[in-house]
Formats: sequence, structure tokens, C-alpha cells
Amino acid sequence: MAAGARPELFSQRRRPPWELLIDRGFQKLAVVLASVVGLVLIGILFTVLGGAREAITRFGLGFLTTSNWDPIGEHYGAFTAIYGTVVSSLLALAIAVPLGVGTAIFLTENFIPLPVRQVLGLMVELLAAIPSVVLGLWGIFVMEPFLRPGLMGLHQLLGWLPFFSTTPLGPGMAPAVLILVVMILPIITAISRDSLQQVPLALRQAAYGVGTTRWGAIVHVILPAAISGITGGVMLALGRAMGETMAVTMLIGNSNNFSLSLLAPANTISSMLANQFGEADGLQVSALMYAALVLMLLTLVVNLLAQVIVRRLSLKY
Amino acid sequence: MSPSSSSPCFTLENVSISYGTNVAVRGVYMEIPRGKVTAFIGPSGCGKSTVLRSLNRMNDLIEGCSLKGRVLFENQDLYTRDVDPVEVRRRIGMVFQKPNPFPKSIYENIAFGARINGFRGDMDELVERSLRKAAIWDETKDKLKVSGYSLSGGQQQRLCIARAIAIEPEVILMDEPCSALDPISTLKIEEMMHELKKSYTIVIVTHNMQQAVRVSDMTGFFNVTANPDSDGKVGCLEEFADTEMIFNSPKQKATQDYVTGRFG
Amino acid sequence: MTSFSRGSLTLQPSLARNRWNLLLTLTAGLFTALAVLPLIVVIAYVLLKGGSLITLQLLTALPPPPGLDGGGIGNAILGTLIVTLVAALIAVPVGVGAGVYLAEFASAGWFARFVRFGTNVLAGVPSIICGVFVYGLIVSTRLFFNQSYSALAGGIALAVLMLPTVIKTTDEALKLVPQELRWGAMGVGASRFITITRVTLPAAFSSIATGVVLAVARAAGETAPLIFTALFSPFWPEGLFNPIASMSVLIYNFAIMPYEAQIALAWASSFVLVVMILLANLLARWLGRFSST
Repeated sequence: MAAGARPELFSQRRRPPWELLIDRGFQKLAVVLASVVGLVLIGILFTVLGGAREAITRFGLGFLTTSNWDPIGEHYGAFTAIYGTVVSSLLALAIAVPLGVGTAIFLTENFIPLPVRQVLGLMVELLAAIPSVVLGLWGIFVMEPFLRPGLMGLHQLLGWLPFFSTTPLGPGMAPAVLILVVMILPIITAISRDSLQQVPLALRQAAYGVGTTRWGAIVHVILPAAISGITGGVMLALGRAMGETMAVTMLIGNSNNFSLSLLAPANTISSMLANQFGEADGLQVSALMYAALVLMLLTLVVNLLAQVIVRRLSLKY
Repeated sequence: MSPSSSSPCFTLENVSISYGTNVAVRGVYMEIPRGKVTAFIGPSGCGKSTVLRSLNRMNDLIEGCSLKGRVLFENQDLYTRDVDPVEVRRRIGMVFQKPNPFPKSIYENIAFGARINGFRGDMDELVERSLRKAAIWDETKDKLKVSGYSLSGGQQQRLCIARAIAIEPEVILMDEPCSALDPISTLKIEEMMHELKKSYTIVIVTHNMQQAVRVSDMTGFFNVTANPDSDGKVGCLEEFADTEMIFNSPKQKATQDYVTGRFG
Repeated sequence: MTSFSRGSLTLQPSLARNRWNLLLTLTAGLFTALAVLPLIVVIAYVLLKGGSLITLQLLTALPPPPGLDGGGIGNAILGTLIVTLVAALIAVPVGVGAGVYLAEFASAGWFARFVRFGTNVLAGVPSIICGVFVYGLIVSTRLFFNQSYSALAGGIALAVLMLPTVIKTTDEALKLVPQELRWGAMGVGASRFITITRVTLPAAFSSIATGVVLAVARAAGETAPLIFTALFSPFWPEGLFNPIASMSVLIYNFAIMPYEAQIALAWASSFVLVVMILLANLLARWLGRFSST
């Protein structure tokens, strides 16, 4: 042992300066890279807010409640798009939640052999990987023509209701809602499945032990135990649905005329942005930025709510 | 100029260690001698591992862990601002409770530490020497390129000891090195420690009192007492003396109760 | 005496509870079938309508002018590869660095909490907003050499989209690396830098790679952030500072054209895109197998 070669004090024995430099530099670099997230968020907020300033001062809150979108007369109101965003997302949710949760139950409880469940689960996950624009293309050329006779029948049968009062001519709210269902179904299914799988086996055994039927256990014990995760997933899906752009843009018809009918063309904020941003200038850009700001706030609120709900509802088991 | 063998290797002066606001161990004074094996024993939660980890600043890696008092190594405070903890760990090696080889080959497990410490010499020779010292050369010499994970638990732990030896530290700290191992592996490691103490100062934490008797020269008994300042418990050093003293004629009643098995 | 009625132990399908069970089971099964149906139908259509069109000429030629037949999607395939590569080159280093910061340097503290919160918020920002942001920051200000729409702008927009996924993946993968491994490296005197680059990151490599591949695959199919940043181009890519074609924008633009040839190219693009993305997903799954062992 070359003890003599070692200086006595740590403060005298130093790692080579470059090594210390790399160590410190690496830590600093990590901090800088981590701050990029903050910078991007602030950047997004300022860009959109800055771009929207002109429209905000000009139209104020009236922007949210009027439907007039007139690039020539330079008057803008985004009510139709906001209404379309909220209504299309909520309707899609209303259809996708039972479908998704039902699928998740079917894929976690042992109704069918495990390998089959795994394959089905994989297929639902792969559905999430299909690009939105491909679903839009499929929606235009396959789904919408296929649905049209059905929607026509609905119109003839229930045309006295304001929701079905217009003749379905192709693009419109209803096909957009259905394509949204396809898009958010994988999220709801995947998150519900995770939540159901995390319910402890002991809890299931306890339920069966007191003589409940399988569905009795599911409805009264397993679902309540998993509800926080499922609700969080549903809220995330809502946020995703509100921001979803391409497939909706290709199917909703992009009309700024307000209509209660689900069979009529409509608009959402994101489809309005996709459609008009490239060709807009001047005040129209500012109005679109204003609409983008509204969309950002809507999705932000929904996403924050999702996190709060998960924390509030989580059961202690 | 090498310090006289009578001067202690570590000197702890009124050391208290806390996790956040919770004091884990308080008021430890001890002098750990050079070139000997010192064992820490005591019931779980008494802070013996915490104290061990303070000797090479391993506690730095635990969020919110803070130390009061002074820990002197070769008469130098390990906790002053100008001390580089990385340098400390290069001179005071450590072996952990669970064998933790790197997910690399057996050869690379040994060479890794040497290489990052700027070793410029015959690496093959160093690997062989370290594995021989850790009494695992015969089992591994034909499969040096195989992953360290392919070894049994006892072999992995000896590989970790070889890894610690390879950087030629002055001290080796062992935190319950045999608690996850079978009796035969334990025996092998204990035999090896008798060899190792010829060249290194060893501090070992152990649950197993027979092990302390078998391997150590000095023994420190840590105890848990109710914390007078809060509802929690706090560890303290009850007694520190020659191993023979601790097990045959302890001064404290608590030590007596513990070593005779009448306690926790 | 018992206060409950005792029935026979044989199953009686006519009991109300057994009928309910059967009904609910059938409903759940039906819902599952409905959930899986779109995937099968979409994939079938894309493979049939798109796959049948694929020829070497289609993969290597430029799209035809409106109204003419023939042509291909060569520039769009190349463009998608370029824009996605640019995005990955930006998002992967930044995201892995930020993930390393969260997992290795500061798991607590206000700044780490802020970064985690910000990552969640950014993950929820609609993709079209990423496009609006880059449009406002780069395109409309002509930040790069007085160019407005550019491949680089499109790449940056996709990078913003990928960033939260890469950060979360890295953070979570590093947290799964056993603490003992870090101690082992530190115990032989490794610095933070060496511990992370030589021990923890390699140990987490396959999980991080899985997440990165999934993020890249998702970005490759994104359209909304590209339509007013990278725009589109009927020509071969001309460097990073000019508008560039991409398969996703091609599908969007051509799907609403009244010409058969363009619509066919949209289907062909969908085929190429979907095959690429499904392959990437399978690759990610294959990589993921290594992290479990």
C-alpha cells in the first residue's frame, strides 16, 4: 500500500479540475434543460396572449358569446366554436365512457381466457397509435357515408326535435362526435383497466366471500375502489377531446353558423384554428389567437381538475 | 509520514444525525482504531447503519439527512465545506447490505471503480488481485466476461467486496454484508475479513452477535431510547469497548441484556 | 332457526341475479367488440385501399399537379422523416436532461415540483396550440434567416409535443433503477456525472428507449402542429429553412381535394404512415421486454 503517496488532507487531495468541472457543469446543464419546460409554457402563454391582445381589447368578453365570424367586416365572435368544442367533447364522452369502462371491466375480470384479453387489450392500445389524420380520412370516405342513411332515418323520425332538425348532408357534428369517440376510447379503456387491475385481490375475495355475484362484486366493490383512477382518466380524455384537431376538422364541416342540430355542420376552436390560421392575417390572426387562448384555458382547467379529482377521490385500501 | 498506529482512524465528536426534523441518532462520541475490525451492534432502528454511512458521507445521497457534530478521519473533519465527498468515498470504500453489482461483466464491475479513479496500470492484474483478495477468483476466473448478475448472492457480495478493494481504499465500511446470505457464504466472507484487516481498517454493522464476536476487535453497542423532545425514538451509543469486554463484562445493563439475548 | 331462506346449491339460471349477470356480461362483451371494431376496420381499409396502391414509383415520385394522374409521395415520406428527426434531436436531449434532473438531482424542492407540474400541464396542451405557439414565435416573426414557414419550425413544434413524454419516461425509468446501484457507484468514488452516465442511465436505457420510440411514433403522425409551421411543399425538401412536405399534412390536404389521384395518394400515405407507426410500436414493445428482465 502506497500510503506515503497519499497526502494527508482531503482538502489538499483534489480530483483533477476538469473532472470537477464536468460534474458541476453536468448538474447545471440538467437544471437548464429542466427549465426549458417552464420557458416553453411561459412562451406559449405569452405568444398566445400577446397575439390575442388586439382582439381582446376590441371584442372583450363579447367574443365568447357572439357567433358572428366576419373577416371582411372585421367582426369576430367565437361562440359557435366554443359551443362546438364543449358539446362535441361532452357528447363523445357520454358515449365513450360506458364503452371504455365496460371494455376495461371485460378485459380485467376473467370472463374470457387471458391470452384473448391480452390481444384485445393490445388492439385497443394500438388504436391510440393511429394518427388522427388517418382516422379523419377514414371518417370522410368510409364512416360518414356508411352512417348517412342512419342519420337520415334519425332526422325523419325525430326531426321535430331541434337536435335532429336539419337534413344530414355529409360533414357535421354527429360524425365528428363519433370519430372523437374512437379517439378517446383507448385512453379511457387503458386508464380504467390500470385502475381496475390495481384493486387488491383481497378486496375481490372479500366480496365473493360474502356471497355476492360476479357483477355484484364489480358494481359494489371493485368499481368504487377504482373510481378515482377512472374519473381521472375520463377527465384526461375530456381534455384530449377538446384539443383534438385533425379528425374533427375533416368531419365537422367547419361552419360558423350556429345550429342546435347535431346533423348540421358545426365548428370547434381547434378546427377553426387548423382551417384558418394559415391564410389569416391582421385582426383575424388576433381573433384566432384569442380563440386559442380560450381553448388553452378550457383544457388547462379540465386537466387540473383531473389531477385534483384523482387526489380527492383516491380511496385508502 | 504515516500517522502513528495509536492515533484513531475515525473520531466522532458529539455526532447527531437527523432525517428531516426527525433525529435518528444523537450524541455519539467514539474513536475507531486503525487497522482493526470494529463492529456496530444493536436493535433495529438504533442508528448503527446511519452512523456507518456518515463515515464516508453516504448519507449525502438521502434527501433531508443532516449531521451535527464532527466526524474526523485522520484528524480531518469530513464535513467542512472544502471536502469533496467523492474523494472521501474513494478513500473510504463501502459494501452494502444487499449485493449490488453493476449490470456489467464481472471484469467491468472491478475495473469500473479503478478506471474512474484514474488507474493507469495493468487492469487484468488489478482485477485478478482484487478477486483473489475477495476469495472469489477461483469461481470467476473462467467467466470474467459474464454478467455479475449470473453469480449467486454470496458470490455477488464477494464481487462487491472485490470492487471496493480494487480502488485501494484505506477503510472498508460494511453495512450488514451477510444479512442476505446463506451460512456458508457468510463463513467465507468472515474468513476473508480476517485477511483483509491486515491491510485495511474495517467497520462492520451486523445484526448477528456471533458474527461480531467472530470478526471484530472492538464493538460499539447502539441502543434505542425514547426521545425526550418528541414522541419518537432516538438512537445513541450505549457502550464502546473491546469486543471481549462488551460480550463478557459489559459496563451497562442494557448491553448486558442485549448480548445475553434478554432484549429486543 | 335461520332468518334466511336456503335454496338448492345447483345453479338456477332463471334467478333474477343470474339473469342480470348474463345480461351485464353480454353488454360488456358487446362494448369490447365495439371498442375493437374501429381498429380492425380502420386498419383493414388503410391496408386494402392504401396497400394496393404501393409501387416503387409511388414511394419515390413527387405528387402530381392537381387534376393530373400518377405521381407519388416520395417528398412527403422524406419530409416526415426529416421533421421527425429534427424534433427528436431537440426533444430527446432536452427531455432526458430534464428527466435526469427530476430523478437524480432534485426529487423534492419547489423547482422540481414546478417542473413536474409544468410537464403535466404541457402534456395536456392541445397539439394545435403547439403549432400556434411556434407560428407566433418563429413563423410570423421570421426568426430564421427571414424565412417564415420552415422544416425547422415544424420540427420545433413537434419537439414541444414530444417533450413531456420524454421527460416523464426518463423520470419514471430512472426512479425504477434500484437505489443500491447508485450507492454502489458512489461507494467506489464515482462522481454524480459518472454514476448517472455510466450506471443509472444505462440501467434505465431500454425503458427510456421504449418511451422515446413511442413519442417519436406519435409525433410522426401529428398534423395539427405542422399545418402552419412546416406547411407543405409539392417539391423535394430544400433544407431546413424552407417549407417541407410531410405525409400527415399531405393526407389532410389531399383528402379534401376533388381529384381521385390525390385521394389515392392520401390513402397511400396513410398506409405508409400507419405501417411505420405500428412497426415503431412493435419495436417499442420489443425494447420494453428488456427492461423487465
